[in-house]
Order: sequence, then C-alpha cells, then structure tokens
Amino acid sequence: MRAAVVVFPGSNCDRDLAVAFKAAGAEVEMVWHKDSALPQGIDIVGIPGGFSYGDYLRCGAIAAQSPIVKSVREHADRGGYVMGICNGFQVLTETGMLPGALLRNAGLKYICKTVGLKVETSNSDFTNGYNAGDVIDIPIAHHDGNYFADSETIARLQGEDRVAFTYTDNPNGAIADIAGILSDNRRVLGMMPHPERAADAGHGGTDGQALFRALAGALTTA
Amino acid sequence: MKARVHVMLKNGVLDPQGEAVRHALGALGFEGVNGVRQGKVIELDLDDGATEADVTAMCEKLLANTVIESYSVEMS
Repeated sequence: MRAAVVVFPGSNCDRDLAVAFKAAGAEVEMVWHKDSALPQGIDIVGIPGGFSYGDYLRCGAIAAQSPIVKSVREHADRGGYVMGICNGFQVLTETGMLPGALLRNAGLKYICKTVGLKVETSNSDFTNGYNAGDVIDIPIAHHDGNYFADSETIARLQGEDRVAFTYTDNPNGAIADIAGILSDNRRVLGMMPHPERAADAGHGGTDGQALFRALAGALTTA
Repeated sequence: MKARVHVMLKNGVLDPQGEAVRHALGALGFEGVNGVRQGKVIELDLDDGATEADVTAMCEKLLANTVIESYSVEMS
C-alpha cells in the first residue's frame, strides 16, 4: 500500500495518520497543499484532521479549493481510495466528494473524548476488518462534527449501505447519529472520529488498527 | 464597486449559535424574542463592471455552502 497524506497549513493530525499507515505496512509520502500533483502510484490519499487554513470561512472550505485537492478529486474519479478524518471529512464534503455538511456541534462545545462507534457496514475496504454491529472505542476531537444532509440524502446513504459508522451515544447532534459515510463506489470514507488516535497500545486503545490493517490488506493485493 | 453578500443557514437547519443568543437575550430580560438566526456578511471590493452574476458565481463556488446555507447579494 502506498499512501499520501496531505498537509495543509493548520493540519495537526498529519503525522499521526502517517504513523498509523506505516504501522499497517504502508509506504507514506507527505504531500504539501500547494503541490498540484500526487506522487505516482499512490493507492490511498489521507486527508488529516486539524484546522486547515484556520477554519476560515467554513471548516474545510479553503482547503477544498487548494491545488492538491484537485488532484485528490481526480484520484478518486479514477477509482482511487481517499480517507478524510475530522477536518479531512469536512474538506471532502466541501468538495462535494461526499454529500452533506458538518455543522457546529449542537451543544456548541468543542468535544474531545473517546466515544462508542457502531460499525454499520463491513462492506468496504475500510471496514471489513470489523463485523457489522461491532462497537468500537475511538476518540473524537471537534467543534463542527454535527453531520447534516437533507432527508433524501440520508435515506439514500442508508438505503445504499453507505453509513460506515454511527455514534452509540450521539455527542454532537449529528443527524441519524452518523459519524462516517462512504462514497457510492465505497472507496472514499469520511469520518469525524480519529482511528489514527486508537492505533497503538500507547494510545490507550487499539480499536482503530483494524481499519488500517483492512486497507493494507485490500491495497497490497490490488 | 462593492458587493455585500449575506450568508445564512437555511431554514430547517438547526442554528445552535442563534439558539444560544436567544437564550442569553432571555436571561438578560429581553422578552418576546422568538427566534435568533446568526449568519455572516461578506463585503467585496470589486473592479468596476463586475456584475451580480459574478458575485453569485463566487457564492456558489466558495462563499456559501449551499448544502446548508442560503445567500443574497447586494450590489452598490
């Protein structure tokens, strides 16, 4: 598996994500937001958490217009894999690569804690290391994680089995408890919780490891 | 010339900040405030000849997220 991790000004989970990819056996290249092309032969692009461009205008809005994200979109259009975590999920919704948007948390507070996530589908190369219905403990750390989409979009996501994770105890007001969703080809994942922060025994939990290992398994044989 | 863009959360999208402001007004003794919606105003200083259509394109591409926000444009 060859992974690229995008670095925006204000990204702060980029190195954590790179470490998690490497621990699963990936070769990782960091890619700067002003680069206009991804390195050759990249299987998956990781868009990390943080506060790209200071969250100016809207979370992820400026990053979505950056040169590298154009290449990320082309990569996805070619059937490449993309994973956006936290701010990365916000960037993916701002580009339109995933539907919906992330609103301010319903309780208005920044929330930083470990939450229970229910794996809603094991039918993706991100989630097939889990069983549907598994509950895993993964940290969240966000102010704008309240997933919103219109009722038709929610029905479509649910009908097409594209809700990857839901919260067991909704912390932020997200509609239908949604914590993470998949694209229609199931190769783009956006999620607010941070699996890369639960990928090493030193983190206090390793429930995120299975996600990176599943990806490595799928993309090594590809 | 100048343009002023108003961006608001769409009706039906919960505005927790507006709700917090409404509660705070009530706590201060301002009665009869039935709803508060909070948005933003973006002022643009443009070359002469810029049209409302130009600003609308800016709103669609960047200034507003039309999944959750509506916008209006005033040219002056």
